[in-house]
Amino acid sequence: MSNYITEEKIKELELAANKVRQTIIEMLVAAGSGHTAGPLGMADVFTAFYFHILNHDPKKPDWEERDRLILSNGHIVPVRYATMAHAGYFPVEECLTLRKFHTRLQGHPERERLPGVESVSGPLGSGLGQAAGMAYAARMDGKKFRTYCLMSDGEHDTGNIWESVMFAGKYKLANLTGVIDRNNIQIDGVTEDIMPLENLRGKYEAFNWHVLEVDGHNMEAIVNAVEEAKAIYEKPTVIIAHTIPGKGIPEIEFDFRWHGIPPGKGPTDKIPATEQAKHFLHDLRTMQGKIKSEHQ
Amino acid sequence: MINPNAKLANFLDKEKMEMAATRDGYGLGLIEAGEKDKRVVVLCADLTESTKSLGFKEKFPERFVQMGVAEQNMATVASGMANYGKIPFISSYAAFSPGRNNEQIRTTVCINNVPVKIGGAHAGISVGPDGATHQALEDVALMRVLPRMVVLVPCDAIEAHKATVGAAFNNSPTYIRFGREKSPVITTVKTPFRIGRAEIFREGKDASIIGCGMLMYNALMAAEELSKEGIDCEVINSHTVKPLDVDTIVASAKKTGAVVSVEEHQVHGGLGSAIAEALAKNHPVPQEFIGVQDRFGESGNPDELIEAFGMGINSIKEAVKKVIKRK
Repeated sequence: MSNYITEEKIKELELAANKVRQTIIEMLVAAGSGHTAGPLGMADVFTAFYFHILNHDPKKPDWEERDRLILSNGHIVPVRYATMAHAGYFPVEECLTLRKFHTRLQGHPERERLPGVESVSGPLGSGLGQAAGMAYAARMDGKKFRTYCLMSDGEHDTGNIWESVMFAGKYKLANLTGVIDRNNIQIDGVTEDIMPLENLRGKYEAFNWHVLEVDGHNMEAIVNAVEEAKAIYEKPTVIIAHTIPGKGIPEIEFDFRWHGIPPGKGPTDKIPATEQAKHFLHDLRTMQGKIKSEHQ
Repeated sequence: MINPNAKLANFLDKEKMEMAATRDGYGLGLIEAGEKDKRVVVLCADLTESTKSLGFKEKFPERFVQMGVAEQNMATVASGMANYGKIPFISSYAAFSPGRNNEQIRTTVCINNVPVKIGGAHAGISVGPDGATHQALEDVALMRVLPRMVVLVPCDAIEAHKATVGAAFNNSPTYIRFGREKSPVITTVKTPFRIGRAEIFREGKDASIIGCGMLMYNALMAAEELSKEGIDCEVINSHTVKPLDVDTIVASAKKTGAVVSVEEHQVHGGLGSAIAEALAKNHPVPQEFIGVQDRFGESGNPDELIEAFGMGINSIKEAVKKVIKRK
């Protein structure tokens, strides 16, 4: 049992994450382009942050004392938009404008277009440096808010990330917590084939970070890890969240071909293209058959 | 004749002429900006002494951040600090910043639209013995194409000081370019300086020499020598390459009908290109381009390199005569 979250709250978060996943599918279908596997895989982590962990106010996205959540791998931003909408930042219906002309929900997020997204991201590897800059500046001013940086595993191929890891380690930025979406896939295939990242834990530890590993679909574990990070005063913490790409939809789970494709345009060996959106939403609404009726 | 309103130093008197490096002006500007506003912070990539960030570090150690040789991270950390509310200056050599970290500047500074100030030292061929790798000749072009970026190329140490303080408070991504070598101090503290406004250093009617950076001295000397041959040149210091002072430049082109651009940079994409774009749109006149002609530099003494690469006083004089013939 966790001291930080009740059973009741965990159930509430799991239901919220399911809604977030449904919105992700709906918005990707409406957009006709975008990434599917990553956003689904991070729905639990984002839900945990926006519905439980973050000290924030959806009605005051510029509130000075808010915790900062920096998304480094901007391509999974549909999960952020969907979670923000369900958390009350903007109407859920606006999610259907994703990637359309004049939308606030750009294909990759932009700070000035949508209050609350904090920073521009998309080109990989530059989020942790920005988060470290915020954490450093906040500490200079004695601010108490925390800065979180959500990263992909694939972007650890970039040099910029490791420069930032070294920087945060040197300056002991204990108010900075990284979360790595360790889903083991990137565009061209499996991370350990493209450019091996292991021993990822050992690498961070060697750079003077505190390292935690969790099941990225276990709400209690995610919340506990973030609370432990808050208790570590002498160094930054990174939480390696082991996730399943496409989580929640069995036909997408673990399949790297779904990295950059929306439902309706994905691999057809399991589900025909025209059936994909309907099938996937049904999967989610029935929780993969655990619930018999969509309305139950 | 020399524009009295420009309040220039007596640069014709070689004995009394003061010599100072533009990077020294940067160092003093950082301290003044830091005194004026506590939000000013300075980040440096292992070049604290030679970028002249040292004075700020000694005066405000708590606001100085040593980044190590990591220009990409320096840009992203500065972006985060500016996003939070600081006014960060990032110091390195121009070849590395904005050279190596160009994408981070584009994405995390310019698209983010946060007021990071990029101090690019050791720019131009006058870096000398270090050779081509360290002679940034493309930096102005790289920065000029970025939306929201302000680009400043001060002509001497005093102007560099003013540009640095001005950049601190313009609330915009800004690139400021500095040289390594000492160069003639041609302006004074009284010389007008405003970001976005070119200054007419000398008034003339036969041709307009429009330049930026340390070569402004050569431009003024070329005009002085040409006046003895009966050629009356206007000389304009366009320290702000972006946003370009189109009104001043077009008015001068209308008056003289011929332009020579002067910059210690590739002729492609820098001040000369900016001027040509403005003139093509508003008032096309013949233009000659003094600068590096699409090649890399090499080791040598600064003076001999400036001469060898066609940016000396004689080269400017020849360009003026050539452009007048094309009228």
